[in-house]
Amino acid sequence: MDNPTGLAQLPLKTLLFGIISLVVIGSAAAVTFSRSLVTSAFALLGTLAGAAALYVLLSADFLAATQVIVYIGGILVLFLFAVMLTNRIDDVNVSNASMSLFAAAPIGLIVGWMGLHVALSNAFTILPVRDTNPTAIKIGDALLDTHLLPFEFVSVVLLAAMIGAVVIARREVRPSAGARVAAQPETAAKKPEVQS
Amino acid sequence: MASTFYGIPMEVGLTPYLIVAAIVFMFGVINVSTRRNAIGILLGVELMLNAANINFVAFAHYVAGGVNGQVFAIFVITLAAAEAAIALAIVMAIFNHYQTIEVDDVSTMKE
Repeated sequence: MDNPTGLAQLPLKTLLFGIISLVVIGSAAAVTFSRSLVTSAFALLGTLAGAAALYVLLSADFLAATQVIVYIGGILVLFLFAVMLTNRIDDVNVSNASMSLFAAAPIGLIVGWMGLHVALSNAFTILPVRDTNPTAIKIGDALLDTHLLPFEFVSVVLLAAMIGAVVIARREVRPSAGARVAAQPETAAKKPEVQS
Repeated sequence: MASTFYGIPMEVGLTPYLIVAAIVFMFGVINVSTRRNAIGILLGVELMLNAANINFVAFAHYVAGGVNGQVFAIFVITLAAAEAAIALAIVMAIFNHYQTIEVDDVSTMKE
C-alpha cells in the first residue's frame, strides 16, 4: 500500500471508537449520577452526539443526521425547556435520592450483566464483506416499499401525539370565568381546578 | 495491511458496540429507578432508547446487512420524539396542578 502519509497504518477507526465510546459512557454516567437536573440534561447531549458519531462509524450516515436533527435539535431542547420551566435552577438537591441507589444497583447490575453476557457470547455470524455505501436512497426505498404500513402508522401516531400534547398542556379555562382567568393568570394556577 | 498496531486491532468488531450499548442501557435502568423527578426518569428512558438504537445499527452493519435495522432505528427515534412531547406535556400539566414534579408527591390519579 503506497500511502505517502502513512495514516492508513494507524488504527484510526479503533482510536476514534475508543474516544467516542468513552464520551458516550462518561456522559451517560453523568446523566445518571449528577445531582442537578440541568447538568443531567446537558450531559445527555454528550450521549446523543456520541451515539450519532457511532452511527457514522457504523456507516449509517442518514441515521446520524436524523439523530442530530431530531434528538439533539428537538428532543433535547424540549427537555431543557421542561427542566427550566418546572425546576428552580439554583435548587440543586431536588432529585436523585442517594438511598434508593441500594435498591437500583442490583437491578442495574443484573441488566448490565445480561447485556454483557450477550455481547461477549460471540454467537453472531459476522458478515465478511460489509456495505459502506451511502444509505439515504436505500432507506427511502425501504420506507416506501417494505415498511410502508409502519410508515403510515407512524404518521398517524405523530398526528395523534401533536394533538394530544396540545390538549394536555393547554391552560384549563372554565367557560364562565374565562375573562377573569385571563386577567389574573398568576392566581389562576393556584386555585383548585374543576376536573373536566 | 497489518491487522494490529502495537496490539490495537485495525477494525472494531461487533462486540465493543454491544458492550457500549449494554453499559448505556444499564445506566438508563439505574437512572429510571433512582430518580424521583419525572423529567429525570424520562432522561433515563431516552438513554435506554439510544442503547437499543446502537444495538440495531450495529447488528444491521455487522450481522444482517441491508438497511432494515436502520429503518427500525428511525422508527424508534420517531416514537421517542412523540413520547417526549406527550410525556413533557403531561409533566407540565402535573406541574401546573401540583406545583411539583416529584413522582413521590404525585401519587393520586385524581383528587
